[in-house]
Amino acid sequence: MVIDSKNLDFQELNRRIKTCESLDITVSGCLGQRFLAAGLKDKNITIEGTPGNALGAYLHGANLTVIGNAQDATGDTMNDGSIVVYGSTGDTCGYAMRGGSIYIRGNAGYRAGIHMKAYHDKFPVMVIGGKAGSFLGEYQAGGVIIVLGLGSAENENIVSNFCGTGMHGGTIYIRAKTLNAKFPPQVRVREAEKEDLAKINTYIDKFCMLFSVPRNTIDDRPFWVLTPNTDNPYKQLYVQN
Amino acid sequence: MAIDFLYPEFEVVRDQSRCIACRVCERQCANEVHSYDEDLKLMVSDESRCVNCHRCVSLCPTRALKIIKSPHTFRENANWTQDAIQEVYRQANSGAVLLSSMGNPKQFPVYWDKILINASQVTNPSIDPLREPMETRVFLGKKPTNITRDQNGKIKTDLPPQLELELPILFSAMSYGSISYNAHESLARAAVEMGTYYNTGEGGLHKDFYKYGAHTIVQVASGRFGVHKDYLEQGAAIEIKMGQGAKPGIGGHLPGTKITGDVSATRMIPEGTDAISPAPHHDIYSIEDLRQLVYSLKEATEYKKPIIVKVAAVHNIAAIASGIARSGADIIAIDGFRGGTGAAPTRIRDNVGIPIELALASVDQRLREEGIRNEVSLIAGGSIRNSADVVKAIALGADAVYIATGALLALGCHLCRTCQTGKCNWGIATQRPDLVKRLNPDIGCRRLINLLTAWEHEIKEFMGGMGINSIESLKGNRLMLRGVGKKKKELSILGIAHAGE
Ligand code: SF4
Ligand code: SF4
Repeated sequence: MVIDSKNLDFQELNRRIKTCESLDITVSGCLGQRFLAAGLKDKNITIEGTPGNALGAYLHGANLTVIGNAQDATGDTMNDGSIVVYGSTGDTCGYAMRGGSIYIRGNAGYRAGIHMKAYHDKFPVMVIGGKAGSFLGEYQAGGVIIVLGLGSAENENIVSNFCGTGMHGGTIYIRAKTLNAKFPPQVRVREAEKEDLAKINTYIDKFCMLFSVPRNTIDDRPFWVLTPNTDNPYKQLYVQN
Repeated sequence: MAIDFLYPEFEVVRDQSRCIACRVCERQCANEVHSYDEDLKLMVSDESRCVNCHRCVSLCPTRALKIIKSPHTFRENANWTQDAIQEVYRQANSGAVLLSSMGNPKQFPVYWDKILINASQVTNPSIDPLREPMETRVFLGKKPTNITRDQNGKIKTDLPPQLELELPILFSAMSYGSISYNAHESLARAAVEMGTYYNTGEGGLHKDFYKYGAHTIVQVASGRFGVHKDYLEQGAAIEIKMGQGAKPGIGGHLPGTKITGDVSATRMIPEGTDAISPAPHHDIYSIEDLRQLVYSLKEATEYKKPIIVKVAAVHNIAAIASGIARSGADIIAIDGFRGGTGAAPTRIRDNVGIPIELALASVDQRLREEGIRNEVSLIAGGSIRNSADVVKAIALGADAVYIATGALLALGCHLCRTCQTGKCNWGIATQRPDLVKRLNPDIGCRRLINLLTAWEHEIKEFMGGMGINSIESLKGNRLMLRGVGKKKKELSILGIAHAGE
């Protein structure tokens, strides 16, 4: 089922998506309509064009594919389902996501994966093909964020500043020849070992499959693992008064 | 070290002629003040741990106990008070931020106590609330600007979503985690019974309480704990927490040690992980950004639920509220600087924010001037202590009020202000099973119902006295208020005349 989104505002477009009887929907000509598929449970939606902010907010199991770029707050507080973006995405992508996956072929803006958390069988995964803006994984509490830096030069900084500020759980993997970003004291950085790479293998495979990227173009650089630094936890020191 | 020594604040006075050494006090005090000395064959106390919560006093069968403030003092000094001196000692010892709980205890003006309410004499007769119907029902939500009719000339009655309250009082946000399961159950059941609402706070909603969903306001805060589609669906309304009166501009940090069992399940984070909710929502930098969160919640819940935006009362509150009213929010909750909390940095609690009375009056005034008062309902909170405060708040422009400390007092809280320690002897601000079970939800619920019922009677009596039979006619009716002993400027912000005028 194809919904032509031309001249539809977000409310009308969302209403049509939600009430559409078909489970497989293509939204064509998307031009900035916000909140698409917010809270949606069970549909497979392909969006052609550029969806607006908060695409798939509170997503509850639906699968979204964007043939184009997404904007800010993609997958805000998503609980389950998947979002695949063939282009890049804006700021706060995956804000507080608790489950499901976000795959981005291009770059992510500021604060991607902020407040990401895992719980029980819920384990959020975010893979960014290109580079990420500042504050990647800020306050991260769980789940995994992978930044591949495809297309960047060997010594290029692909995660910008303040990566992992306030991080207190979860893992960030960064693929880079050398890591020349500065990390806050709450983050511990080390080179990935075999066991680490085994943990993310399926996600990398999935990325390669989704975007037709040959696997060997990824394996040619090492990965770095970022985890919370338990010696220097993110917390204020209090005295009872 | 001698220089760190702080003399205990309270003395535990035990009348040994009454004490029968039954050791009830020992079992009741989670702070482990009391113990039995086998050699002396006497109950003894370590008063340095006492927080003056009256638990032992209330349960001592022979009334042998009382707690008094220690007369031990520093040399009198109006500037360097005992607190000021001891807080320096604490920080010099620890290098840490001072942490307290409950509302601002300092001596700031309580405007409620300087406002007097009108009554009818001779003209406009008063009404007997026991004999005549009095309407205390309110609807919170956007009200239409004008009446519209369909093709047949019938008035269109489809309103934006509204919260219907039988009386203008709601229970304010307190998270599961900051208060106990039994405290939440008491609040939820009382809200159902009284036709009002309680508020989950930012800790998610326990599955057991889904059944009270129609009387639940679910909160969405910066950390988004426990927020998912079903949670949003459960609530009668959704509250976006931007700030809190007790700690404006400060986030929350529930340490991993408190994230256990059900608290972890409800927040949807693993046991032992810290629950960090930073002060800002990192995706909100403007009213336009706020509008985005408001509408993403409306879209996810199909425009069926009113969205509340809760903010702390701060300096430019009128302008902030005007922005929120334009963000698409249905209700604004304003929390004054005397509002309570389970834990807040002392300095912030005692020095940041403004009184709710002034904030409320200026917001209501501003929204009227801009012709957008009907776009939002206003809930005022931050130390509403009794029915007179409720009446005054409504006359200053509130549609309803939030109460929390008052509700906890009804549940047995003795305002010892040590909620942050998690050892509440009254079973309220604690997760320790042995303490939680001290609060019986049947009794808690009953006491909350009693409190609200009593206030409702009093509100009706006030209204009857003014010759008003509907709470709607009291709303923003500042002619019913007069100030005493306040300066011109204060009265002009409150928008009320001085008594005698
Ligand atoms: S802390 Fe409470 S229960 Fe313990 S001694 Fe003091 S008043 Fe009694
Ligand atoms: S809730 Fe408990 S700990 Fe907090 S002030 Fe009241 S009695 Fe004390």
